[in-house]
Amino acid sequence: MVEEIGKTAEGDLIINVGPQHPATHGVLHLVITLNGETIKKVEPHLGYIHRSIEKMCESLTYRQFIYSTSRMDYLSAHINNHACALTVEKGLGIEIPARAQVIRVLMDELTRIASHELWWGAMAMDLGAFTPFFHAFRERESINDIMEETCGARLTMNYMVPGGVMMDLHPNFQNRVKTFLKLYKLKIHEYDELVTGNIIFQNRMKGVGYLSKEAAISYGVTGPAARGSGVSCDVRKLYPYEIYHQLQFDEILETEGDSFARYMVRLREMNESIKIIEQLIDNIPDGDFQAKTKAVLKLPKGEFYQLVETARGELGVYIVSEGGTTPYRIKFRSPGFSNLSCLDHITRGGKIGDLIASMGTLDLVIPDIDR
Amino acid sequence: MFIVDYLKDVYGAMKSLLIGMNRTGYYFTHHKEIITEQYPDNRDTLVMADRFRGEVVMAHDENNEHACTGCSACELACPNGTIKIINKFDISPEGKKKKAIDTFVYHLELCTMCGLCVEACPTAAINMANTFEHSVFNRGLLTKRLNKPDSKLKAGVE
Repeated sequence: MVEEIGKTAEGDLIINVGPQHPATHGVLHLVITLNGETIKKVEPHLGYIHRSIEKMCESLTYRQFIYSTSRMDYLSAHINNHACALTVEKGLGIEIPARAQVIRVLMDELTRIASHELWWGAMAMDLGAFTPFFHAFRERESINDIMEETCGARLTMNYMVPGGVMMDLHPNFQNRVKTFLKLYKLKIHEYDELVTGNIIFQNRMKGVGYLSKEAAISYGVTGPAARGSGVSCDVRKLYPYEIYHQLQFDEILETEGDSFARYMVRLREMNESIKIIEQLIDNIPDGDFQAKTKAVLKLPKGEFYQLVETARGELGVYIVSEGGTTPYRIKFRSPGFSNLSCLDHITRGGKIGDLIASMGTLDLVIPDIDR
Repeated sequence: MFIVDYLKDVYGAMKSLLIGMNRTGYYFTHHKEIITEQYPDNRDTLVMADRFRGEVVMAHDENNEHACTGCSACELACPNGTIKIINKFDISPEGKKKKAIDTFVYHLELCTMCGLCVEACPTAAINMANTFEHSVFNRGLLTKRLNKPDSKLKAGVE
């Protein structure tokens, strides 16, 4: 800190946002250099919630390590587990039953909607509107109830096992999802009425936090944040896994690159997820929900990598195996870390009042960044 | 033309704010659509999902018999070292030694409710209960013994 103060010009002000600040959505510490109201530099300091999940996974077996990844990006816990299960299956070379694949995709899309709902509420709360938070949680609650009924937990599901899913779907599942779809369609217009069309909201979002296409690529930004800048990066389209190649859905692209574009990408993406769920909910094939696997899993010697699209972007799981029951090394390429790296770029030269609005549209989840 | 654009902006802004206020007013006058659950006042009527993973329990039947053979599969499956199984050797009437469970120690304070132990159990002896109010005043109370005193293995379970 002492050296940083030495570097700044006379008259500059350094303020610390966080690590305990409600607008940083966790324990993110931002050191902001200000010249008057203008941001000169934003420097994120990490490590406040580092739990060394990667190191921990090295002492856990291939069945056990999946549960700990729910604690990385806890809003898309299911998709994290999915990535790990896919990587292990790739190493084992096993075929997953069709029913398990459909269940996985259904759960993924439900998780994505739940994550975007929470982001939408938190985004509006960042800008000072508190009511949308409760509106978002109402719909999210019905997804959580579905998860609780089928998976056994509301947030850290741990529903994926190598070879399929842990339990079969609950008999109520289809009805509950259809009820949710009805509720969602009844209520989604409120999102536009309350927030999207609001003039104060638009003025605070449009033209703020500009991220160009080139910058998005060079910073490695993925997910809705990059798609708001016109970068086509949806892993579900580009490198399809499970049954995504058979499904009809669009990759949402906006070209403006400002905060409002990123906001619109997420809102429109929820409708695409609804489309995927509608295609699958009446066509869940019969059969096994889990492939037969050995009691003790051993991956062959080698390196395995698998990409998935979480609600925040591209999550990669990289496993190095030496042929034993535990991985030699695990690396997670988390979307949050790369998305955070462009925060300095998009806020530099802007006003401090726009910092939180720009940061909110990146949809940062701090445990995902620190792991 | 400047003044026309200005007035149009003002009109659009006022309209967008009124649309939002209309939505807020709707919920102000429609209390029935509010879905808040009044926990803990609704404890008597609260229904938890049957699959909800609250804590690990061992089912005993009316003869105080359980299905745990003491194979330690759950202990191996647990990622946190939550379960510790202490075995003993029973001597059958024929004079043979037979492995049986003495104490099934369950550390609730270490448990993350992942459900891997239940999945690993070959005899379905343990399962997840859907209780969730685990607070106690003494940390020692969180270490539990799951098999009841003097309980036996069910006949026919190997």
